[in-house]
Amino acid sequence: MKEMTEKVEPLTRKISSFLLVIILVTLILSVSALFLAVDSYLRDNNIVNAGYFMLIGFIGLSLSAYMLLQTRRKPSRVAFEMPHVITTILCQKCGFKNIRDFQKGDFIFKETELCAKCNEKTMIASIYREVKEKEK
Amino acid sequence: MLMIPQVSQLFPGGDNIFSWIIQLIFAALFVAFMFYGQRIQVYIMLRDIESRLRRLKFMRDEGRKLAIETIKEIGKPQKDPTERVDRFLEYIAVIPQNMDPSGIVWKLEHLLDVRDVRFKDEVKLMAPEADEVQLNNLENTLEVAMVLNIIYKVIRHFYILGKKTLSLYIIMQVQMVLPLIMREAKAFASALKAFATGQPIGDGAGALVAAKLMHGHKIRKIAKDIVAATVPLEGRIAHVLKAEGPGGNVGKPGDGIRQIIKEAKGKIATIVMIDAALKLEGEKPGEVAEGVGAAIGGPGVEQFKIEESILKYKIPVNAVIIKQDIGDNVSPMRKEIFDAADTAIQRIKRLILERTKKGDAVIIAGIGNTIGIGQ
Repeated sequence: MKEMTEKVEPLTRKISSFLLVIILVTLILSVSALFLAVDSYLRDNNIVNAGYFMLIGFIGLSLSAYMLLQTRRKPSRVAFEMPHVITTILCQKCGFKNIRDFQKGDFIFKETELCAKCNEKTMIASIYREVKEKEK
Repeated sequence: MLMIPQVSQLFPGGDNIFSWIIQLIFAALFVAFMFYGQRIQVYIMLRDIESRLRRLKFMRDEGRKLAIETIKEIGKPQKDPTERVDRFLEYIAVIPQNMDPSGIVWKLEHLLDVRDVRFKDEVKLMAPEADEVQLNNLENTLEVAMVLNIIYKVIRHFYILGKKTLSLYIIMQVQMVLPLIMREAKAFASALKAFATGQPIGDGAGALVAAKLMHGHKIRKIAKDIVAATVPLEGRIAHVLKAEGPGGNVGKPGDGIRQIIKEAKGKIATIVMIDAALKLEGEKPGEVAEGVGAAIGGPGVEQFKIEESILKYKIPVNAVIIKQDIGDNVSPMRKEIFDAADTAIQRIKRLILERTKKGDAVIIAGIGNTIGIGQ
């Protein structure tokens, strides 16, 4: 059976031009604010104003960078992990244990192939899923 | 770039035109957030719902695809089953009117029987080559696909409704409940393969306990899809029953218990019911707990029948539950739950030793979907 893969978004994503304009305007304003901060400090030696503009500039810059990164982000692909299911076959006579992957048609208490050791009939004693550490 | 001094004093940054623009933007943003803050919040929430809805759609589509593929593979139909599967996924059941609740249980039981027969007939038509076990598994697979379809459609309904009305309250409710719904949907999505291939699932923990007890003893059919065996256990006569496996099946344990009580003319010392139960967060999967009462889920019909039967003869009923979360409940049985079956058997033995006398007859009912579990 094929493994299920979750395609959350289509592979090619169109970026809205309106969003791009917003990002561009924010970017220009942020750079202007930074310029003003430097200008205010150098020309008037006004630290309060300079700090104020610098704060605005950096907030604007990070906001536009974040928005840009969001639009450039690759569509996420999350896979539904198919659990690893194990079948244990047990020989009723000699207790020989055979562990293998689950196969279609397996069920608990099903009589299966002959024992590799004593040639007696064996039985499926357990079918269970292995849980990875991170799932716990 | 100079400004009118009186105006420029209103803004920090002095008479600079850039500072003026920035201040104006900030003022505009402030006003916009004051008036449109809630609307912006609504749009953010809608976007969140939309992305999750896309995932739900994917799960729904995968469920449908897997069901069709499995039907084609197992059932070998002459015609393409897609149309029939699509019709099946939209199937509805109208629950009985409850204005006068007297007798509603029997009405509901009848309705569930009709639904069950209809489902089985539909699956038989879809997969004419499938045997009884495969038919049961296919029915379960289709039911899971149906659940995924319903989840998707309900969330889509509220999403569109929220989008149309822009009601914060509709959107907020959906967004708040979505993480839990996503969890359930993911559990059902992972259950698809288990049902399609006939793997035992967590819900079958009760059936597994009964199967372990009755294995090697004479099995007889006592009610619809229910098998039983008489097993000597700790000097008592244990009537062990479970749904008939290994196909996906829950049977009618209520009818089974009633039949055994009837055969024993009410002389049953105690009943022990074993079922899988949802654990609370923080509890370990596979933990075994015990108590009293009829441990059985579902729409309530079987529980009602069991309670009616035990009341007539005043039979004490004990419950042994094996804890697991919703994900484990419908996905392939995890090792902890498989191992818990032996712990549950020890508890049952101790319980009947303490609560009954030597030679007494007891009923041990393993409840749950017996997919992948024989007897």
